[in-house]
Parts: sequence; C-alpha cells; structure tokens
Amino acid sequence: MAFWRVPLDTQEIQVTLGTVCIIDDRCKGCGYCIEFCPKDILQFSEKFNRKGYHPPIVTKEGECVNCHYCEIICPEFAIFSVESEPAETK
Amino acid sequence: MKPAVLTGEHYITGDVACAEGAIAAGCKFFGAYPITPATEIAEHMAARLPDIGGTFIQMEDEIAAIASILGAAWTGVKSMTATSGPGFSLMMENLGLGVCTETPCVIVNVQRTGPSTGLPTQTGQGDMMQARWGSHGDYELIALAPSSPQDCFYQTIRAFNLSEKYRVPVLVMADEIVGHMSEKVVIPEAKKIQVVDRPKPSGRKDRFHLYEAGPNGVAPMPAIGDGYNVHVTGLTHDERGYPAMTVEAQEEMMTRIKGKIRNNLDDIIETESYKMEDADIVVVSYGVSVRTGLSAVDQARAKGYKVGLLRLITVWPFPEEMIREIAKKVKGFITVEINLGQVHYEVERCAGGDAKAVLVGSAGGKIIHPEKVLACIQEEF
Amino acid sequence: MTTNPKKLAKPPEHPLDDLIRTERIPHIWCPGCGIGTVFSSCLSAIKATELPYNQFTMVSGIGCSARGAGYIKLDSFHTTHGRAIPFASGIKMARPDLKVIVFSGDGDLFAIGGNHFIHAARRNMDMTVICVNNLTYGMTGGQVAATTPNMAKSTTTPLGNPDSPFNLPLLAYAAGASYVARWTILQTRDLTTAINEAINHKGFSFIEVLSPCPINYGRRNKEKPIDTMKLYQDHTIIKHGANPAEADIDFGKGVVIGKFIHIDKSTCDDRYTEMHRPCIDD
Repeated sequence: MAFWRVPLDTQEIQVTLGTVCIIDDRCKGCGYCIEFCPKDILQFSEKFNRKGYHPPIVTKEGECVNCHYCEIICPEFAIFSVESEPAETK
Repeated sequence: MKPAVLTGEHYITGDVACAEGAIAAGCKFFGAYPITPATEIAEHMAARLPDIGGTFIQMEDEIAAIASILGAAWTGVKSMTATSGPGFSLMMENLGLGVCTETPCVIVNVQRTGPSTGLPTQTGQGDMMQARWGSHGDYELIALAPSSPQDCFYQTIRAFNLSEKYRVPVLVMADEIVGHMSEKVVIPEAKKIQVVDRPKPSGRKDRFHLYEAGPNGVAPMPAIGDGYNVHVTGLTHDERGYPAMTVEAQEEMMTRIKGKIRNNLDDIIETESYKMEDADIVVVSYGVSVRTGLSAVDQARAKGYKVGLLRLITVWPFPEEMIREIAKKVKGFITVEINLGQVHYEVERCAGGDAKAVLVGSAGGKIIHPEKVLACIQEEF
Repeated sequence: MTTNPKKLAKPPEHPLDDLIRTERIPHIWCPGCGIGTVFSSCLSAIKATELPYNQFTMVSGIGCSARGAGYIKLDSFHTTHGRAIPFASGIKMARPDLKVIVFSGDGDLFAIGGNHFIHAARRNMDMTVICVNNLTYGMTGGQVAATTPNMAKSTTTPLGNPDSPFNLPLLAYAAGASYVARWTILQTRDLTTAINEAINHKGFSFIEVLSPCPINYGRRNKEKPIDTMKLYQDHTIIKHGANPAEADIDFGKGVVIGKFIHIDKSTCDDRYTEMHRPCIDD
C-alpha cells in the first residue's frame, strides 16, 4: 500500500491476507464483487457456469486483504474469503 | 390463575357460550376485530383469556385478525377469531392460507343479513356457500352450525378438536339469533370435556418433512422453536413444505389436503334426527332454523303428515351419502334456511331426482315461521 | 440447527450456508438484484447476535423480497400479500420470547400492507421489519409502487409516475416505530450492524434498504445495476439522527441514510404482560 508518509505504527500493523473462494455455479454474473473489490483483484472469467454466466476469477493471487466485501455484497452466496497464512513481518 | 372451565349452570348468550367453549377446548389466543353481532365473543375473550394465561389482541381489521391467529397457531397454541358477514369476506384470502398451510384454527361467523352491510343487527344464514367456497381455489374445510347457546358451547369445542385433528381451519357458522339469545348453558366438569390436541412430530429433526402425512392424511405439526426449521408457504408445496411449481406437486398436495377431509367423513359429519323413523317428508335444517323445523315437524305430525327433521350439525363437508340414502326412501325434502337457497341446492343435488326437494327460505332478517314450513308441506305433499 | 457456531466454516462452504436452505440455491432473484445482499446481510446479523437459531422466526408476505423466508433455514413463513406483519404479530403475542423478523418488499409492506405496518408501529410491536425497497413491484413485472419516484417510468405509468412516493422512515417514525434506519445494499456493513441492532432492540424496528431492481425498474429508467450502485455511492449522505422528515428519496439532492431513530419505549407484549398478568409467578 502506498503512503505519502509512513505511519508510526507501520511496524506493528499486519495486513491480513485472504484467499477468495468462488462457488461458480451460484454466480449470476452481476459483477458487484468485481466492481467494488477495494484491491481490484477480480475479473469476469472466460468460462461459463452451469447457468451460462461468467463467474469472477481472481486475477492477482495473494493480494486479497480478506476484507470480506465481495462476500457481503454478493447477492448469491457465491463468493467469500478466508484468512490465509499471515504475511511475513519484515 | 382462574379455572378455564366454568363448570356449572349459566344463563348466557350464544356468543358467550361460544367463547366459553373455546376456552374449555384450550384456546389461548384470540385475534379480534369488532363487528355486530359477533363482538360479544371478542369482549368475553378479552376479559377471560388473560385469567387463564392466554392472549387477546384486537387487530386493525379482520384481515389482520385472521393473520394473527394463523401466526399464533404456529407457536403451538390453539387460536381463534370471530366475525360476521363483512369481516368474513375480508378473511377469505387468509382462510385459504390456513387451508393450504394446514394451520389449525377456529373462525366463528355469527351470521347477519347481507349482501354488503345488509341488516347488521338481524339474523341471516346467507354465508353458507361463502363458507364452503369463499376463498379462491379448490379446497375442503369443515363448517359446523350451532342452533342454541348450549350448542355454541359444544360446537366450538368440537370445532377446535376437529381443527387440531385434521389441521384445517374450522368454521362455526352461528347466526345473530343464536349468538344473541340467552338460554341455560350447562358447562360440565373439565375432565368430562374431550379435548384433542394436534399431532406433534417425533424422531430425527434433520429428516423431518413438514407435510409427510400419517395414515389419516394428516401430518404432525411442530411449533416455532421446536428446532424443525420448517418453511411454511401458501405456494403449492412438496412434502418438505418447499414451493414446487409443478402440476404434479399441485395434484399431490390437493389430493392429500382434500383427501384428509373426504376420507374421514364418518368422523367429521355429525347430524341429528328427529322423528325420522317413519318419515316420508324430511325437513333439512341447520343453525337457528332447526328451531323452526322442530316446531313445524310437530305441527305437521299433529295434522297427520309423516314428517321428520334432519339437522345438519356439520354442514361442510356435506352429508351427501346420507341424503342420497334418505332420498331413496322418502317423498321429499324441505330445506329451511334463512337465505334464498344455498344448502337447498346441495340437498337437491344429492336427492338426484329420487325425491322432491323444496326450499322454505327467506331474504333474511328474522327466523322463519314454522307455519311457512307447514304450508309448504300441505302444498307440496 | 439450534446452535450458533462462531467458527468459520471450511471452504468450499459459504460461511452462511448453515443458515441457508442450500438445496434451494440458486434463488429466484435476478442478476444484479439486491435482495440477495439484504438477505445475506440479515443472516449475518442473525449470526452476530450469537443467540440460538431456534429463537428466531422469519415472516414474509408476497413478492420478490418475500421469497427470502423460503431460503432461510429457520422456522419461516411465506404468507399472503401484505399480511406478514399481522401474521408476525400473532406469533409475537403468543410467544413473546421469540425474535420475529419480517422480511418483505415495499409493495407488500406499504401498499397492500400499509395499514398493518402503521398499527404494528403504533403498538411498538417488538419485531424487526426489513423492507427491501426497490421502488417497484418486481415480481409482477415493474408496475408503479407507493415508493416509485415521481416521474419514474413503470409498466403502468408509461409516461412517468404522476404521484409522489412515501417517505418510509418518516411514515414509520410518525406511526411510532422506536428504531428507524435506512441504508442501501452498498453500505453492507452498516446495514448488517443496523439489522443486528434492530434485532437486539426491544420494540418495533424498521430498516429500509434501497436495493436495485435492474430488470423491472432499472431497465425502464435507464439504470444499469452498476449505475444504481454508483448512485448509492455518490448520491447518499450518511447522517445519523437526521430528521426523518428530511429523508425523501431524491437522488438529485442526495438521499439521507443512516440511523434516524433509536428510542426506548414499552412494547405491546410488555404492556400486555404488565397489565394482565401482574402475578404471573403465582
């Protein structure tokens, strides 16, 4: 994340990492998760699901911060994120 | 808490007897909306229910009144409402919801004269066909007709028992005269009153299906919070209670909810006979008109006519088989009812040409005089 | 079934799967429809109460939003058009310990069911009413509703709606609701918090949730689902404690959202118990 100055507690703050899970066949392709992902890591995939929609796909693996916004904005219970291993502290 | 059953002799109106019958049957919830001539039932319940741990609520209209009793029924309590013509019309949609979701409840209709506002303070029996067919779609329910305050007490108990046993809304089709007249009502000891409770489910909750019926076509009914996680809908539904938008599901559901009534007619239908043994003319009547019929039978007998009375205590489902059988043996039927022909046409249909069927009816407002029936007997037979 | 597990379920199970009738998913709601988001938010709020699930019941009327009751794995009731609130009132008065949630749409709750709404609010009937407001009758194909903005097009107002819509928070407040909030589906976290707060609030809680109906409202009013969401993002003003009288929906001026009312007052069932069962312990 780019800061114009470095916050004082930057050493202590750990940005959580998440893994996005997509249940393809529940998706109806509204695109809300893609549009409103704060890290812009989702895209429509090329593939079709069982109902003929293009479910989202993660384009930038490892950049999910596990904010769960895709999970809560999704009207279909088709996407959610789980916390992955914490990032290494430098 | 005060005793629920007020054992003893009382001089009370039919409306009050109806309320006491409900309480004796275990009613714990009353959803009300005032309307003449049924208001006294609500007033009595408002005073009595809190004493016995029940709840009374006056809703904003009759639609809300019936909706509230359906909701209350799913919490596991016995619930009821009471109304008259205009309110009964407003209840029709949710009556269908009660039938479709198989929700036990009792609706009393103290009939007055219609159509529309009609004669609000005067008697009528013009809602009988509405009771049978008033809600949209095809269905079966049970309607009983009391003919005296004592009968109001017993028929309301029976209404609760049938509604619990068959999981169906049961209508008590009283009328203004029966509701407002005071007579001696004997309330027996609580232990002598037979009270039926709805079948409850048992067994594994995760394998429970809401509409998986037993041998009599009735499925056990859990209450909210029992942990069965039921979904109840007025949409056509499958055995699980889930909406199923197919003709097959519709057929299956209808077969069962109609069948549970049609296949148990012997248990549901109750009639009473008076001097029927040698009768070749049968007066058919129900509710307050039974009193006309009884007097007419005696007067006609004195004149040498072999007349008997068949009193329909259960009006719906209609005792078709019984009328068919009687029709083979008698000259004719005279239906006495305070309308211009409703149950009469059912009698005519079942008589099927084997016996004559005539109506002694009235446009409503007052009880039919026995002389009118007598005149009909003399003229027609 | 009756427990409320705090642990996150393992993938590929969605964290709300324990509250959904998964065998009925995908649900009937159209692509881009916001009802699913409101529904999901409601489930999260239920979960966050950490109360046993069998203390909850959901009641709905008829319409798209009302289908919610069919997807929640709780005792749930899909009743008749407009009658969810009196049905729920019956449940509440017969079993005051239950948490009763009414989940329905604007047409159901405020046109055909308007009378029931104001009376339940007047009595401060202890229930949570979630109104998914998509400004139209979605299920029947986009007819004008009591909430459709003035001049908006619908199938029954092809030249535009000549009438003014209800200001729902004002209506709820005036009728006596003790918790009133409005959010859109975009502020999902605030919405979940509000629903959670409303469930915990003793009294009549009302939450209006603005939600897109891209197929039957958006299409006729030149709004793609993302456009509607952008409206929610750019033309809403969060103003807690705002006067509900200033909460008209006018995206031109900006729509006020937030928690408007949160007051304590006695509820219908409380008063009934106090007055009628003074010696309940006897």
